[in-house]
Amino acid sequence: MFKIVKKEELTADVYLIELEAPDIARKAQPGQFIVLRIGERGERIPLTIADFDRAKGTISILFLVVGKSTRWLSDLRAGDHLVDVSGPLGKPSEIERVGTVLCAGGGVGIGAIHPIARAFREAGNRVIVVMGFRSKDLIVFEDEMRAVCDEFHICTDDGSRGFKGFVAQLVDKILKEDEVDLVYAIGPTMMMRTVCDTTRPHRIKTVVSLNPVMVDGTGMCGSCRVSVGGKTKFCCVDGPEFDGQQVDFDLLMARQKIYLEEEKLSMERYEAKGEGRRAKSERRVKDEKRKAEGECRKVKS
Amino acid sequence: MEKSKKAMVLKRVQMPERAPGVRVTNFNEVALGYSPERAIQEASRCLQCKDSPCRRGCPVEVDIPAFVKCIKEGDFTGAIREIKKKNFLPAICGRVCPQENQCERFCVLGKKRDPLTIGGLERFAADHGRDKNPLDEPSKPKPTVKRVAVVGSGPAGLTVAGDLARVGHEVTLFEGLHKPGGVLVYGIPEFRLPKEIVEFEVDYVRQLGVEIKTNAVIGKLFTIDELFKRGYHAIFIGVGAGLPLFMGIPGENLDGVYSANEFLTRANLMKSYLFPEYDTPIKRGGRVAVVGGGNVAVDAARVALRLGADEVYLVYRRGEAEMPARAEEIRHAKEEGIIFEVLTLPVRLLGKNGWVCGMECVRVELGEPDESGRRRPIPIKGSEFALDVDVVVVAIGTRANPLLPSTTPGLELNERGYIVADEETGRTSREGVFAGGDIVTGAATVISAMGAGRKAARAIDEYLKK
Repeated sequence: MFKIVKKEELTADVYLIELEAPDIARKAQPGQFIVLRIGERGERIPLTIADFDRAKGTISILFLVVGKSTRWLSDLRAGDHLVDVSGPLGKPSEIERVGTVLCAGGGVGIGAIHPIARAFREAGNRVIVVMGFRSKDLIVFEDEMRAVCDEFHICTDDGSRGFKGFVAQLVDKILKEDEVDLVYAIGPTMMMRTVCDTTRPHRIKTVVSLNPVMVDGTGMCGSCRVSVGGKTKFCCVDGPEFDGQQVDFDLLMARQKIYLEEEKLSMERYEAKGEGRRAKSERRVKDEKRKAEGECRKVKS
Repeated sequence: MEKSKKAMVLKRVQMPERAPGVRVTNFNEVALGYSPERAIQEASRCLQCKDSPCRRGCPVEVDIPAFVKCIKEGDFTGAIREIKKKNFLPAICGRVCPQENQCERFCVLGKKRDPLTIGGLERFAADHGRDKNPLDEPSKPKPTVKRVAVVGSGPAGLTVAGDLARVGHEVTLFEGLHKPGGVLVYGIPEFRLPKEIVEFEVDYVRQLGVEIKTNAVIGKLFTIDELFKRGYHAIFIGVGAGLPLFMGIPGENLDGVYSANEFLTRANLMKSYLFPEYDTPIKRGGRVAVVGGGNVAVDAARVALRLGADEVYLVYRRGEAEMPARAEEIRHAKEEGIIFEVLTLPVRLLGKNGWVCGMECVRVELGEPDESGRRRPIPIKGSEFALDVDVVVVAIGTRANPLLPSTTPGLELNERGYIVADEETGRTSREGVFAGGDIVTGAATVISAMGAGRKAARAIDEYLKK
């Protein structure tokens, strides 16, 4: 069992959870992920490690509610336990001193890019951070990211904060003005794809972190296969980071949709049944009522 | 009288099975096991040969005549006690061992007609032991203060762990997934091996004193060197051959194309046949083609059928006689209505909007034997045809998972990535590191992995005494 030591709602449907997992915290490297299972009937879901605290023995994950499992996860609170957490999985990021590294994060991809940016900076690189969100209300991890970079940029789709436009557009603008040796782009698949399209004419190596459907996360099932440079790779053991300019994003996006119908059904059932938070509070009310009634009966008899 | 008695001795007592029409609608166990009367009747056929040739066929050396004698005399508890001296997983082995190639192959009765149903009797004794009075706790041995790490909780790992705990070593069993059992829980389906039984037998190993740590992917969470640093004196690696092979034909990454490992893991370990009660989804229904001819392929085909497929094809590039699957499983599959497309080679998968919709195949004939000794399939020109399919399961085998070896410097591997280990002792090129099971031999059977585990346990015990 793995205890949740902290849960925070950062913005609408974006949560940060800190988990007690000392062995994983001791070994975790930037770029790696965990696979967790919330309860006995739960599925195994992969989530990138957003941070780790070796001294405290905890790891943090940043996630967006996209389906039943993440909704369920968001309904848990500090003190609750997850039945299974496995990791650290996947290959760590290759952190080297290359000069200037541009770390671009979109949405909850910020979680994954945070320890990477930090590690590049610690390795003596000049780090430029670009963060992109749909709107200013959805901005997360700004202080954390500012703390690990030399130059900070932010953009929003609606222009409510910073540069108006997508991450790829802002990256393009920076590449035209500045000299960058390596780009890291982590976020929604479409964002990673457009950043790669942007960096290709600049001939700058661009590393992305892919998030296909996974089961075991150890190379056993092949559910997470992706095509990179025309070769099939298992994202969980060969990745999750790949040279983005070689990635077949069409295939990735198609494979991410395999269980759309089932995911919808699960979510509807969860909401309809009011499992999770609502169910819990109802149970608590009932328990108290029952207890009170029991005491009444005792008094009467 | 004499004649009919002889006939009775020659003919095996059949084990009842669920009717095909009923069993394809659920995941309940197909073979139902012997009743006590039938078990006694079957056990009475045993000739109690002095040299017990059957034992030669058992990789874990179960005293077969002894336990069969107990059953014959109605001493069912005695029977299971006798088996457990050598085999911790009798309810599992009684169900999934290919006895026809092992103990039963050497049975003298088989020379005339039917060999003794040793597997069925082992299963009976084990089930009896589980249902009835719990067996007396194994007596605790004197601790040796030696610590052993066993990596992988499949059949090899469970055997090593059990054997070493029995002689007093402190054993930790590390499992990468969230449930112990390896292929017994993720691979073999419920209708062939109920998971409740696996849990019971894994629990027995736990009772022997073995500590089981799940969610521990060795090579990631700890390396082999880190385990030594944590105070383990010897390490056994039994991680299986877990990486699925694909055919390398166009269209294999289309949605709806699974490896058998994924398909079976979803269905068995994650219980996706109970979706949405359980959260892990799997594609159900439609037309399913399973590619391959081994037990895993047959399992996947029968799972697909139970998930509600309209039609299930088993596509194999050699003939039925060449199929590596057990004859009994092939019979079960046929009874259940699986369509065998043998001498057929898939060449291309066709897709529509990202989903697989067809499998282009070519018929083959068998030519001269290849280096594996099996006859080589040669495509017949002009025999191309296409199957309409909604789901494809690729069950053509596995290869070694490099996850652990790649983080273990000095561990010698062969050219295919399997660990080089001594056949008799499991010794590897690394001091104190032993290995056995599929990660040494390539994909094989539950019982051969257990046999390797037994030998390695003996060698580890010797090593620790030094």
